[in-house]
Amino acid sequence: MAKYKMHLLVCGGTSCRASASDSIIEKFKSEIAANGLENDVQVILTGCFGFCENGPIVKVLPDNTFYTQVKPEDVTEIIAEHVIKGKKVNRLIYNPEQKKGSKSKGFYRKQIRIALRNCGVINPENVDEYIARDGYQAIGKVLKDYTPAQAIDIIKKSGLRGRGGGGFPTGLKWEIASKNAADQKYVVCNADEGDPGAFMDRSVLEGDPHSVLEAMAICGYCIGATQGVIYIRAEYPLAITRLKIAINQAREYGLLGKDILGSGFDFDITLRYGAGAFVCGEETSLIHSMEGLRGEPTNKPPFPAESGYLGKPTNVNNVETFASVPVIILKGADWFSSIGTEKSKGTKVFALAGKINNVGLIEVPMGTTLREVIFEIGGGIKNGKKFKAAQTGGPSGGCLTEKHLDTPIDFDNLIAAGSMMGSGGMIVMDEDDCMVSIAKFFLDFTVEESCGKCAPCRIGNKRLYEILERITNGEGTMEELERLRNLSLVIKDTSLCGLGQTSPNPVLSTMDNFYHEYLAHVNDKKCPAGQCKSLMKYVIEPEACVGCTACARNCPVNAISGERKKPHVIDTAICIKCGACIEKCKFNAISIK
Amino acid sequence: MSHIKVELKQEQITKLKEICKSFDNEAGELINVLHKTQETFGYLPAEVQEVIARELNVSVAKVYGVVTFYSFFTMIPKGKHPISICTGTACYVRGAEKVLDEFKRILDVKVGETSPDGKFSLSCLRCVGACGLAPVVSVGDKIYGRVSPDGVKDILKEYE
Repeated sequence: MAKYKMHLLVCGGTSCRASASDSIIEKFKSEIAANGLENDVQVILTGCFGFCENGPIVKVLPDNTFYTQVKPEDVTEIIAEHVIKGKKVNRLIYNPEQKKGSKSKGFYRKQIRIALRNCGVINPENVDEYIARDGYQAIGKVLKDYTPAQAIDIIKKSGLRGRGGGGFPTGLKWEIASKNAADQKYVVCNADEGDPGAFMDRSVLEGDPHSVLEAMAICGYCIGATQGVIYIRAEYPLAITRLKIAINQAREYGLLGKDILGSGFDFDITLRYGAGAFVCGEETSLIHSMEGLRGEPTNKPPFPAESGYLGKPTNVNNVETFASVPVIILKGADWFSSIGTEKSKGTKVFALAGKINNVGLIEVPMGTTLREVIFEIGGGIKNGKKFKAAQTGGPSGGCLTEKHLDTPIDFDNLIAAGSMMGSGGMIVMDEDDCMVSIAKFFLDFTVEESCGKCAPCRIGNKRLYEILERITNGEGTMEELERLRNLSLVIKDTSLCGLGQTSPNPVLSTMDNFYHEYLAHVNDKKCPAGQCKSLMKYVIEPEACVGCTACARNCPVNAISGERKKPHVIDTAICIKCGACIEKCKFNAISIK
Repeated sequence: MSHIKVELKQEQITKLKEICKSFDNEAGELINVLHKTQETFGYLPAEVQEVIARELNVSVAKVYGVVTFYSFFTMIPKGKHPISICTGTACYVRGAEKVLDEFKRILDVKVGETSPDGKFSLSCLRCVGACGLAPVVSVGDKIYGRVSPDGVKDILKEYE
């Protein structure tokens, strides 16, 4: 392998690619060639660095310079100044501290990257780079040194719990599947990341696909399966491409297929595509979908570990869970269980999004507080606004508020706070977000995604949505608030699968924490956050209006009239409340009432 | 079923049969067959579903059940430039709804519809995972980040 003096790591995750990281790579390559540096400088496409807010990201090694928001037109300068003259391009460096030579980056300081250990470090399309980072050593160790029971024991002792949402102990799940005798068993990787606003599984698959393949093979050895299936969303084309490349490379190297590493153990992996159904994240639904059926859930028991894919014992784990397994095997159960809290070990990846300064993917030890996540790693709330709530667990979760800021985040604490871990989406909201609307937003999602098999979920959620709609329209009554809560509890108790059992959580959690907002909508017919369109109207203050006509010219529906240099008026019957006039008014003459 | 009546040409039927064959006419491969078919035909009209049902030896009702269950499959032809607005939570709190309203207003179509000239179709999707760029809109393969209601007409202009 050629020895390069310098490496340029360019993020090739979905978010950075959407901001032209592809053409940045092309431009780097052509500039390097133009300067005759092909033997000295290498450009590497990597997976997600996690710092999506400031993408595209370019990292220069060995001096560890971290450039953010790089544009294709910056490439010439980076090559001319940094690569050739050795002078860093200061205007593109993220952290002011780093300019003085310090290594700390606020965004990364509190993070420990286990599942994301290779994301943004290696080229995901090259198996050699994964191997260079101890890749496929864990499967070698397991096949050579451990019996299946011993390997399961390591996972059990590590305290690893399922990262897909449920938090079921992974080792125990493997043990149950290993004890069910059958002529064929299956290992399934659940990569149907349906929780809107969560993108950790996608980033792992795009940035480090081999870690998942290796872990699936380890799982196969442990439970006695020779066949693995990755069920992945069709909406993730890049992850699918990289997985296909990775599977082919692993087969070429004899790391998948017959007689892996000469041990006599066979294991191979195929892909199945999801087609856009949130309920397919539920194990039994997922298995039906793999079989080419409608993805409807069935009652458990029988659990997939007894009768799953094609009626055979099947072990289903989530992407992030698998990605943690090889490290645990190599570094040991004690190392892993030394991180985290008493009942939740290791780290958890969160997708930070919403009204926060540093949107991105972070991995923190279990037990990190919400305050550390939002205000230190996340850099606080956008535009200096006030923090209102963080929504975790997606459509099945709830809201954490100011009083939860110092609660250590782990599986059990989140449930105690009326939310749940879910897959790790964390959407931050500020004072401008109406919590009744947020609850309605999630119910809209659930109504659309309910598979329709059981009545409580199919009909109940629709009724919840309708009540919420009436409340946000200012037509709600106190009796309906009561009904909202009771119906929520009934749906939770009587639904067939995880989707229905958790779908009222956003309603209950916002009612518990923001009941005053519900009351304001019902009693005062007001939306405190000023978000519910039916409860507000745009008014021009005649005293403040100078008649500049800016609002009238920008109104898309011509609802504003008035003579030049005289106060204007808004015809509320025509106004669609789009807010365009407020943005254009330089005199703060328009307000929402 | 769909109100659009489609007359399948012989070569299209042959192509469909080839797709089914490439999956060994296995009923368990139905979803993969549908993916491949939609990739080839752009959508899944009733007539196409009938051929697939015959080839895989399952009922048309079953094929129809699967097609309508999954939001990825569509029975309406998409526009020349399919527009998708991400309505995932991250995009929602950063104002995706207003962006969607603006698209609806300018194009005068509802979500799931195609404009009469067949140029644009409008749909919502849940999270492309580019939450750092929220709100996100995709037109064909191109992704637009940090879209404001004001920016909608500029996006549409690119495709005129």
